[in-house]
Formats: sequence, C-alpha cells, structure tokens
Amino acid sequence: MARQPDGPPPPPTVQKLRLCYAKRGPLRFASHRDLARALERALRRARVPMAFSAGFSPHPKISYVGAAPTGAASEAEYLEIGLAERRDPEEVRAALDASLPPGIDVLECVEAAEGGGSLADRIDAARWSIELPGIEPAALSAAVAEFLSRDEVTVAKRTKNGLRDVDARGPVVSAAADGEVGRAILHVVVRQVTPAVRPDDVVAALAAVADLRPPSPPRAVREAQGRLDDSGAVADPLGPDRAARTRCQGEHAAV
Amino acid sequence: MSGESLYPRLEPLLAQVQKPIQYVGGELNAQVKPWDEVAVHWALMYPDAYEVGLPNQGLMILYEVLNERPDALAERTYAVWPDLAALMREAGVGQFTVDAHRAVRDFDVLGVSFATELGYTNLLEALDLAGVPLHARDRDETHPVVVAGGHAAFNPEPVADFVDCAVLGDGEQAVGDITDVVKAWKEQGRPGGREELLARLARVDGVYVPRFYAVSYGPDGAIAAVTRTRDDVPARVGKRTVMDLDEWPYPKTPLVPLAESVHERMSVEIFRGCTRGCRFCQAGMITRPVRERTITGIGSMVDQGLRATGYEEVGLLSLSSADHSEIAQVARELADRYEGTNTGLSLPSTRVDAFNVTLANELSRNGRRSGLTFAPEGGSERIRRVINKTVSKEDLVRTVTTAYANGWQQVKLYFMCGLPTETDEDVLEIAELAVEVIRAGREASGRKDIRCTVSIGGFVPKPHTPFQWAAQASAETIDHRLRVLRQAINADRRIGRSIGLRYHDGKPGVIEGLLSRGDRRVGRVIERVWREGGRFDGWSEHFSYDRWTQAAAEELAVFGVDLDWFTTRERTQDEVLPWDHLDSGLDKEWLWDDWQEALSEEEVADCRWTPCYDCGVCPTMGTEIQVGPTGRSLLPLTVVR
Ligand code: B12
Ligand code: SF4
Repeated sequence: MARQPDGPPPPPTVQKLRLCYAKRGPLRFASHRDLARALERALRRARVPMAFSAGFSPHPKISYVGAAPTGAASEAEYLEIGLAERRDPEEVRAALDASLPPGIDVLECVEAAEGGGSLADRIDAARWSIELPGIEPAALSAAVAEFLSRDEVTVAKRTKNGLRDVDARGPVVSAAADGEVGRAILHVVVRQVTPAVRPDDVVAALAAVADLRPPSPPRAVREAQGRLDDSGAVADPLGPDRAARTRCQGEHAAV
Repeated sequence: MSGESLYPRLEPLLAQVQKPIQYVGGELNAQVKPWDEVAVHWALMYPDAYEVGLPNQGLMILYEVLNERPDALAERTYAVWPDLAALMREAGVGQFTVDAHRAVRDFDVLGVSFATELGYTNLLEALDLAGVPLHARDRDETHPVVVAGGHAAFNPEPVADFVDCAVLGDGEQAVGDITDVVKAWKEQGRPGGREELLARLARVDGVYVPRFYAVSYGPDGAIAAVTRTRDDVPARVGKRTVMDLDEWPYPKTPLVPLAESVHERMSVEIFRGCTRGCRFCQAGMITRPVRERTITGIGSMVDQGLRATGYEEVGLLSLSSADHSEIAQVARELADRYEGTNTGLSLPSTRVDAFNVTLANELSRNGRRSGLTFAPEGGSERIRRVINKTVSKEDLVRTVTTAYANGWQQVKLYFMCGLPTETDEDVLEIAELAVEVIRAGREASGRKDIRCTVSIGGFVPKPHTPFQWAAQASAETIDHRLRVLRQAINADRRIGRSIGLRYHDGKPGVIEGLLSRGDRRVGRVIERVWREGGRFDGWSEHFSYDRWTQAAAEELAVFGVDLDWFTTRERTQDEVLPWDHLDSGLDKEWLWDDWQEALSEEEVADCRWTPCYDCGVCPTMGTEIQVGPTGRSLLPLTVVR
C-alpha cells in the first residue's frame, strides 16, 4: 500500500469557480505549461484559499480546458478551480488578474451552478480569427471558397509520434475572409476533434488547395469557445452558470 | 530613434523558433521605464540561456538596485539560441533586451555577469548580434561600455580585448558608482570621448580597465610584468565588499518567469562569503569575509518575497548555509511560521555534518522528505585533508545513515576528481563509501528502496585560490578515474543498483581550465572558436572539444605556449600570474603557504570560530567578519493557510 502522510486530510472543496481569461500580446508565446505555472503562482499570490488534493505532494484543485497552442493568442481560455473557503467570484477575478503578468487577463469568474454539468462538456468548438500578413482579402476569399468546396483536405501535422496526415476540412464548420489591403483576416469555426485541427493546419490547407502562402507567420486569436449551436455559432460556456446565479440573486432581491 | 522597441520586427521571427516565451519578457516583477526620463541606460546580460540566466541572483539584485534609481534604468538580455540568432541576422534584428525589446546597441552600459568562463563565446555572439565591435579598441563613444562582473571577472584577462572594464567583487554599490560617472560624463557633453570615460571609470573603486595595463612576456612564455600605462589608475585594483547585507535586502521582488527555469523557487541569500577555507573553492576565497544577514532580515525577505512571487519554495542560500550563526532558530521559526501552508523551505547542498540532517528535518517537517545532498568533495580522508574539507569516513557514513533513518530516501553525494596529489585509490574510495552508506542505510532505515547518487566532476584549478599553482589533471586522467570508479560501483550488483553515478567527461573541464587561468593571449582562441561557430559551451550538445583544441594549438603557437601550458602545467612560486594585479584581498604568500600545507595534508580551521589565520582579506579591504547571533527572533506574521 502507498504510504500516506501523517496529519489530517486536506480541507474539502466548498466552492467551484469557473474562469475565463485571455492570453494577449507577447504572451501568446506562452505554452500551456507556462500558463499553468503562472496561474498556480498567481493563485497563491492572490491568496485564493485553494482546496488541495491529498497525498505527499498536494496539488491545488485546478482543471484546465483545452489550452490554445503556443503562439496563438486567445480571448477565451477556461479553467475551473476548487476553493476550501467561499469567496466572492468577482473579488477572486480582480485579485487573480492583479497577480498575473499583464497579457494574461482574467475576464470573468462565476460560481459553477450546482448540477449544471462539467465545463468540458460545454465546449466542443472554437471560433478563430487568423491574420495573414502580406495576403490580400480577395486572394484569401478565393482560397477559402476553394477550401470549402472540398470534402477533405489532407495536411501533414507534427504530433508527438512524428508527422501524421489529418483532414483539415472536416472539422471546419464555417470559414470567411475579410481584412484590409495587405492584411487579410480569416474567420473560422472549428470543431474540436482529436488530433486537434489548429489554425496552422487550416492555413496549411489553404496553401495546399490554393497555394496561398503568407510571407510571414499568421497570427491567430481564439475569439470564443463553446458548444456549437444549430446556427453554427459558439455558445458561451459560462452562460448557464451566469444564468443560475442571476436567477438566484433575483430571488434574493425579491425577498 | 534610440530606445525604440524591436518587437514588431522580432515577433514574426518568434513564431518560428523553439520556446519563444523566453524572448518576450513580461515576467512578474519585471520593470520597463521610459527611455527618455533617465540619464543612464544599463543592459544586464547573463551570457547563457534564459532558463539558466533568469534565476541568477546576482543579476536580479543589480536589476533592482539600478531600477530603483530615478536616473537609471536596467533591462535584461540573455544569450539567444542559434535558431533565433540565424533569423535575427537574416532580418537585421539586433541583440535585444527582453523587458522592452530595445536594441542592446542603444544602451550606455552593457553589464555582463560571468559566473562561469564557459559564457565567453556567448559574449562575443551577443556583441556581434548587437552590432557592437568585438574589440574594445574599435568602439567609439556611441557604443555601450561593456562591463564584466561576477566571479569569473576576478581573472578577466582572457576577455580583456572584448570588455571595456571588469568589476571585482560585490556589484550593489559599484553599479551605482559607475552610473554616477557615466551620467556626469554624458551631462558634460562627453568630454575626451570614450578614452576619458574609461579613465574616469578606472578610478572607481573595484573597476579594472584592461586597456590601461600593458602585459609583457618573458622568453619562457610566462608573464614578465603587468604595468599600468597611466599613472592616474591604480597599480592594483581591489575588490568591492558590501558590508551590511541587511541594508541590501535584494531582490525584494524576485522575477518570476513564465517559462520554465532551472530554479523553480525563490532564494534568499542568508550570508555572503565563506571562511571554511576549502582550497579548491574560488567562491569561498574571493567573497571573504563572512557577512551574515540577521534572522529578522531573513524573515522579512522570505515574507516579502513569497508575497511578491507566489513561489511555493524558498531556498535559504549561501555558500555554506548551515554555518549561519542563527540557522537552527531561523529554520525552526520559519517552519513554525509556514506550518500548514504548503510552503517548502530548503537549504542547498551542504557539508557532511549531523547537524545538517537535523536542520533538513526541521525545514521539511511540513512536507515530503525526498532528497538530501552532501558534498564531501574528496573520496578519501587523505584527499579531504588536502582540500581542507575534513570529515572522517565514520562521520560521513553516520551522517548519511541518520538521514536515511529519518525518512530521507535519496541522498546525493558530490565529489570532485583530479584534485592535486590524487591517485586512483582516492577515487576508488568513493565506491567503498557509497556501498557502506547503502549497507548501513538499509539496516538503519529497515528499507530496501533507499538510494544514493554519486555526482562527480573534474576539478578545475581557479585563480585566487591555494590551488591556483596546481597542475590540472588531463582529460585522459579524469576519464580513466571515472571509468575505474564506475567499474567498482557496479562490482556488487545487489548494492550497486541502489547507487547512481552521474559524471561529466574530462574534456569540458580542460577548456574551462584554459579560460580560468588564461591570460590575454587566450582571447585569440576564444575569438577563433566563436568565429567557427562555438557558443553555448556549457551545453554538451553545443560544446566541441576538437574546435577548442585546434583553435588553441593554432592561435597560441606564435607565443610558444599551448593548451597544456595553461592547464596541466604546475606553476612556480615566482611566476607572475595573469591576475596578480587584481586584488581579492588574499595575501599571495598566505595562499602559497596554504598550497604547501595542502601538499603536506595539513588542515586549517575556520576563522569565524578560531583566531584569524592572516589570509589578508580583512586588513587589506578594511572589512571584518559580520556574524551573529543577534538574539532576535522572528515576529509573528499572518500567513494564508
Ligand atoms: C553558490 C552557488 C550556488 C548555491 C547558491 C546560489 C546562490 N547564492 O545564488 C546553490 C547550491 C543553491 C546553487 C544552485 C544552482 N546553481 Co549555482 N552557483 C553558485 C556559485 C558558486 C556562486 C553564486 C553566488 O554566490 N551567488 C550570489 C550572488 C549574489 O552573487 P553573484 O551572482 O556573484 O553576483 C554578485 C557579484 O558577483 C556582482 N556581479 C555579478 N554579475 C555582475 C555583473 C556586473 C556588470 C557587475 C558590475 C557586477 C556583477 O554583483 C552581484 C551582487 O553583489 C556560482 C558560481 C559562481 N562563481 O558564481 C554557481 C553557478 C551560478 N550555479 C550554477 C548552476 C548550474 C546551478 C544550478 C542550476 C544547479 C542545479 N542543477 O540545480 C542551481 C540553480 C540555482 C540558481 N539560483 O540559479 C552554474 C550556472 C551555469 C551557467 N551555465 O551559467 C554556476 C555558474 C556554477 C557552474 N560553474 O556550474 N548554486
Ligand atoms: S583576514 Fe583573518 S579574519 Fe579576515 S577573512 Fe582572512 S582569516 Fe578571516
């Protein structure tokens, strides 16, 4: 049997908070591991009373939901934390935001609604905007049209197990082009599948179907994540928690 | 425009390199000050990868000290990896600081911290990328003044052609004095150009300006004399010493990187200097005397630092932390304060001493007992007398056994190989020791899963130590001894599998030896190696021994000396050493006597507890030992649980 540390077990989780944060500017180059480290430290600095796992090396209760790749910015990253004491979500948001380096900005914090299901279950797609420096919007439009007309576009993707062919077309729900002279912008909604199809893969697919090759690296921003609704839009994953909370506050106000 | 950000041009390159996060700055507690509001701009460089350079204490201290001045700013720059360097050259983007991505070329001063000589090729690479002429003599008054600091700067002769000045000793006050001189010179309209600025700097205490000292060589290849070329600069340059550490509680807000670094914890320096007198230890010799931070000073730095960083672990650092006069109380009171907070406390590798186990137990009472490190350094009792790190074999085994009995599962033992007078037998004793430690440890702890890791590296003789005259062991000797040691450890499988052996081959040590005890002639070798692609010499995947040996053979031939002359040759008492005009306070005669005593296996005591043994530092530098106990205790604090 594994050895157990002496002393009382760590205090239980009494409140679950869900956070939405952004990764902006130069910090788009942070990897998931970098972000996780920064967030854990910031939680300590902000003196958030975290709940911990049991065992010899207790870990604070944090669960991350699908992080944006290194190099991609994001306005919609999510995580859930477990607290050992109750706190006002907005106070936690402000304290945590102040403890993080500028560029990792905490946008929202809500209490997880009881019985509302897991955060991960509320995310199955992402909306991206991808800036393509040196590309004209018209050229991008043409490439997008070509791409959408295909059933499948295979690109080689670097994975842990070497190069692997993936279909970059299938998971793309919608794609559109706009932008300005010399700086086209691609808007795509991509379903989250395994292995993930990322902005780089979509750009590689455009090169494959229309020989569209930006002279310098594209700059991607994840604008939203959530469940794909019938109209092809991405629903806010914190919506249900927020709604539950407003209802609850409304009841209090009525008393 | 001067001070402009290179980031817009750098960003597209970052998308194409490994670990781009190391180049973007924005660390917690990093500072960016407006360029035009200050008189003096410092770029501070650690000439190695970001992950090694960022946690460096010395640079972090100077960064804060300088940024606290209203008339100065300091930004940091690190060695860029070859993938980015190639793209920067292609795109015409120069060496940049990570804070505001300003061009290093635009700064008034480029301060480079040399903790190790293996960073020299990275200095040349950074200068070249920055667009600063490699040779100090080719720079004009628009170029930054290149200042070397850190322990290796106690013999800056191998890089004398490339740096404008070197600062000996503690930097806290020296950087302020340099700032004052640069500021005044700029405000006066740069009178006399660069030459005048350097002459003024040469008169600052602790600042050595190599160009004002001429070196001549004798027919035997050794230095005939080092003479100053101006009479307004000191004949010998003495080191700087910060006397009251409590007055310099830096770093107050340690930098916390987003990227992973070699040191994922916060550090508080609990004292500076060491008088144990280990004869191989340059850090101990050149940082004398001992200056302790008080228990209250330590307590408030720990508290403030944890609040400022969010780190989970604090290292109480120094050259020999268990020697602090109030360490037991420090350990107990800090452990009390942070009980139940998931905050870890640790002491770095320590002398072999039962007291250290007690301390480690105290510090770890809130957490896990994973590993403990001891550094006996020498394999046999005899060789430990030679290096003045005396501990008997029985004490060593007893101490390590106590550690296992107290629940520590892993013990790491640090050794050196190639020490003066060493034979194969001395090194083979390491194997005997390790076997005995495991045998006794299994018995005392009643567990089979205890482990002992032997970590061993080749010894490199360093300037300003009693071993500065010694012959360095050749790479072949080191490799041979490591081989026999490995065989001996593996001889008994039942015990051998509990023993890990970690070692480095002897080759990099030889090059470190050349750079450590080299003179100005070695500069040509460094330049040649850099021109042929040498950089990141501390990294085995980048280090090329052949490139170094070939460059040394070809560049040194004209002087009638070679690699062996600088490394495996024993020096005589009357030889002029390249660093003799640089004063660490140690009396050369005392060092020589200590060298002779080493050869006759005599020990010296520690001057903290026994009478002064006249090493010379205190009278020469006007310093004295600063130790407690102060009799104070830590004030109660509210800590989050
Ligand atoms: C003691 C020591 C340790 C101790 C304590 C560290 C400490 N106090 O910071 C312990 C055991 C914990 C340790 C751990 C490690 N260390 Co260590 N350590 C040293 C050592 C011997 C001295 C450092 C020291 O005393 N620092 C105290 C600070 C305050 O002093 P300082 O940096 O010298 O700076 C002062 C002056 O020198 C001067 N100064 C410095 N730079 C400049 C520049 C200018 C322009 C000026 C004007 C002045 C100036 O001003 C500063 C303030 O007074 C150095 C070697 C050396 N000779 O420097 C290696 C060294 C820095 N460590 C090294 C390594 C690898 C490590 C570890 C990663 C080992 C490991 N694998 O865990 C860890 C990481 C720790 C960390 N914080 O980075 C390497 C770094 C290699 C590299 N490529 O650069 C070194 C160079 C040893 C070596 N040759 O391998 N280390
Ligand atoms: S001079 Fe004496 S007191 Fe001062 S450091 Fe040397 S041995 Fe110690």
